[in-house]
Amino acid sequence: MAERVGVYICHCGSNIAGMVDVEQVAKWAGENLEGVVVSRDYKFMCSSLGQAMIEEDIKKHNLTHVVVGACSPHLHEKTFRKACQNAGLNPYLCQMTNLREHVSWVSRDREKATEKARALVAAAVERVKRQEPLQPLSVDVNPATLVIGGGIAGLQATLELADAGYPVYVVERRPSIGGHMAQFDKTFPTLDCSACILTPKMSEAGQHPNVTLYTYSEVDEVSGSVGHFRVRIRRKARMVTEDKCTGCGICVEKCPRKVVDEDFEAGFGYRKAIYTPFPQAVPRIPVIDVHSCIWFERQKCRACEKLCPTGAIDFEQKDEIIELEVGNIIVATGWNMFDCRRIPQYGYGRLANVFTALEFERMCNAAGPTNGKILLRDGKTEPQTVAIVHCVGSRDSNHNEYCSGICCMAALKFGHLVLEKTKAEVYSFYIDMRTNQKGYEEFYHRLLEEGMHFVRGKVAEVTDAARRPDEAGKLIVQVEDTLLGKQRRIPVDMVILMGALEPQTDAKELGLKLGISCSMAGWYTERHPKLDPVATMTDGIFVAGTCQGPKDIPASVAQGAAAAARVMGMITKRKVWIEPVVATIDESRCSGCRICNNICPYNAIEYDEAKGVSRVITAMCKGCGTCVAACPAGVISGAHFSNEQVFAEIEGILWDALQEEKKAEPQAVTG
Amino acid sequence: MIAQNKGKLAVYWAASCGGCEIAILAIDEKILDVSKHFDIVFWPCATDGKVRDVEKMADGSIDVCLFNGGIRTSEQEYMARLLRRKSKVLVAFGSCASEGCIPGLANLSNRKEIFHTVYHETPSTENPKGVEPQHVTDVPEGKLYLPVFYDTLFTLDQVVDVDYYLPGCPPEAERIWDAITAILENKLPPKGAVIGANTTVCDECPRKRTEKKIRKFYRTWEIIPDEETCLLEQGLVCAGVATRAGCGAKCPKVNSPCIGCYGVNDGVVDFGARLMSALASVIDSDAPEEIDRIIREGIPDPAGTFYRFSLAHSLLRRKKKVPDEE
Repeated sequence: MAERVGVYICHCGSNIAGMVDVEQVAKWAGENLEGVVVSRDYKFMCSSLGQAMIEEDIKKHNLTHVVVGACSPHLHEKTFRKACQNAGLNPYLCQMTNLREHVSWVSRDREKATEKARALVAAAVERVKRQEPLQPLSVDVNPATLVIGGGIAGLQATLELADAGYPVYVVERRPSIGGHMAQFDKTFPTLDCSACILTPKMSEAGQHPNVTLYTYSEVDEVSGSVGHFRVRIRRKARMVTEDKCTGCGICVEKCPRKVVDEDFEAGFGYRKAIYTPFPQAVPRIPVIDVHSCIWFERQKCRACEKLCPTGAIDFEQKDEIIELEVGNIIVATGWNMFDCRRIPQYGYGRLANVFTALEFERMCNAAGPTNGKILLRDGKTEPQTVAIVHCVGSRDSNHNEYCSGICCMAALKFGHLVLEKTKAEVYSFYIDMRTNQKGYEEFYHRLLEEGMHFVRGKVAEVTDAARRPDEAGKLIVQVEDTLLGKQRRIPVDMVILMGALEPQTDAKELGLKLGISCSMAGWYTERHPKLDPVATMTDGIFVAGTCQGPKDIPASVAQGAAAAARVMGMITKRKVWIEPVVATIDESRCSGCRICNNICPYNAIEYDEAKGVSRVITAMCKGCGTCVAACPAGVISGAHFSNEQVFAEIEGILWDALQEEKKAEPQAVTG
Repeated sequence: MIAQNKGKLAVYWAASCGGCEIAILAIDEKILDVSKHFDIVFWPCATDGKVRDVEKMADGSIDVCLFNGGIRTSEQEYMARLLRRKSKVLVAFGSCASEGCIPGLANLSNRKEIFHTVYHETPSTENPKGVEPQHVTDVPEGKLYLPVFYDTLFTLDQVVDVDYYLPGCPPEAERIWDAITAILENKLPPKGAVIGANTTVCDECPRKRTEKKIRKFYRTWEIIPDEETCLLEQGLVCAGVATRAGCGAKCPKVNSPCIGCYGVNDGVVDFGARLMSALASVIDSDAPEEIDRIIREGIPDPAGTFYRFSLAHSLLRRKKKVPDEE
């Protein structure tokens, strides 16, 4: 065989060498595997010295193929491909095999781990010998960007890009942009007015010449890939013609139907059937909620239509589908609050004066249902004692194991607001106080000084069943005070539940449309948790804000800006190189059976009616191999994953068994 | 056709039904052309000839041997090795020699079970003494030998090196003639090739095809399919999508689904696996229980449906052997 393979086994410090006898694996490969002309082990193959070693060997030994046994290709495939390229070898003639995540980190038996490493190296060598040089394909990058979600993270990304001169489309499913931040009164720890810092950004986005807002809209379908995504957006029927509406608000004022606002007011306030969620909404164009509108219920009323001075109301409006082409997508879909009813012992929904954190945010908000007054559910009485319960649905193996990160600070903020606005005593029931950002710990100390009471313990129950005279008519918080080491019953007037931050209920669904994955908890998975926190495994799709995991406003803003910077990097490159690992259909052999036509997850297969053959649109193909496996005629081939390569890899894994078979006498067929 | 020194042709019949022998004669009067260009040196079914005559021939003296049938017994193995040695070009003729065909389905069982069925169980069997064929039988005159019946049916290329394959159960007369012409005109493809088309039956099938979405599979007796639409789209397991062209889509043209006798297309390793993954790709459901039901109700015999012709040559080859089976 003319192949001259170099094998490089990395110690990864002690990460691999601690469990795998790397010297032995390298020696064994050099002595036993056909075509291997040089086989080495090295402390850190990814270091510049390690790379230089590979480059020198390629030149000195005339290597035709390279195998690196190290960590996951996710981390260093590019590194080693680059090293090969530097030495004049096509990067696709380099194969990595994962001896760390797949072997050393998941093994306990050194001998067996070494055996497995040998098998994987043999597989890589057998495979690499059959790999072919490939040339990456270039695609022009469309300078427009789609931002999904108009909360603070999405807005930050939008404005960064728009200010840099690039067109941005923002899709927001609610009638207005602003996100959760628009619901808040104050922000911790500086106690800035949330609306005062948010609304300028909202109106800037609303007026920016480079920004197109699609509110009350959702992403229906995404196809294409980095540089040239095609997006179908469903603009839900507002029943209000946007061009005609001036936002005067007379329709809202005159609408006779009042309903509980479960969304913006978190169920704590009311809105009309035609409404804008809040006064500073952007756009100021209202929507008709067809589920509560009297006209849609019993064909009566139409008050809004009669009174609208510009004739903007249109009861016949239908959902509209628009198609956009963008080069990159930033996902900033945010979070949902844990439904506190899921912990029935805390009484939410059953005991009137148990509130969720979002309800309390609305209560504190000067523009909210109580005009900022802290009152019990009766709307009149000021509480004398308030309990704030932390970790409702977070750090709880029954619900979410993770820490929601921001609730301790929000609870301290609530404590401060109660102490400031009322004469009430405030208790905080916490497991651990987590205040680990700039100015947070100081804020905690401020609350200690302001006289907020802290009880360390997870609340067992909130009940109205009084046992003592002083508990009568109160809510009693039953808790084990772990610092005192005893059970306490603390009677209060009001309880605030700090519900967990949870992923949007349809996060997975959107993830499927975009081809990005979610963690077990449902947060979008970043490309690398430390080194690439806003990119995803799908090129051209970035994440920002809480859709990637619970975080506070500064972190969401930082991520929004970071995602925008990454997108700008893509746009200014003008072209992106896409992996040449794509499927191709041999048209001369395709019989047009059409099995492959509707299975491509990226819609990259089209059928040519005239020729009676199917065809792969290369720029849209991501090389997933679904069609290759499905083609019954075997005429679709996947570059870099040919039958020959895959079978060679399997035979490499079975190297030991095959040697035994070879050793055995080539015998006559026996029964 | 250029007249030249006559070549030497051999035809042999191993574990197969004999249809391949008849298929050769189905080229009709062209058989005369064959005899014009070839001396038929060995063809037990049609001419008189003895094994010992072949044994005496010089190695490589037969130009072409068309070998049909798989290898089920020691005698067949002997003949395969002998004819390989004596022939310049050995052609695996027909489905049995190429991929095992129906006899290969017996690889879902073993010799013991086969003998039990054949010599004891079948209703027409009258065998009060429970006689079974033995390799060696003692008779007053000495010992009698019968060929050993193997546990597994092998394809020809699992036993000897094969030069070309001519698929089909049986191969179509036109394709046989194409092969003979190619041999005569010395226009043979590279060694190891399948002589025939390199697309699938769909290519020769006139039915209309659209995107495939299957919610129910039917067995052939359950529906009378519409004559113009793709049979697979109507829920019949038509193997045409995975089967090599060459037959002219004979079965689909008479409203009957392709059963896959022409075997795999080039580049496909396992016919059954291919057809299964293709059909799995077009089942129109995302619910695991429903998918399970569609398959269970519509395809009660997966091995017979997907591996009818190719089991012996597939990646599976046979049912797992139990160690104490021998």
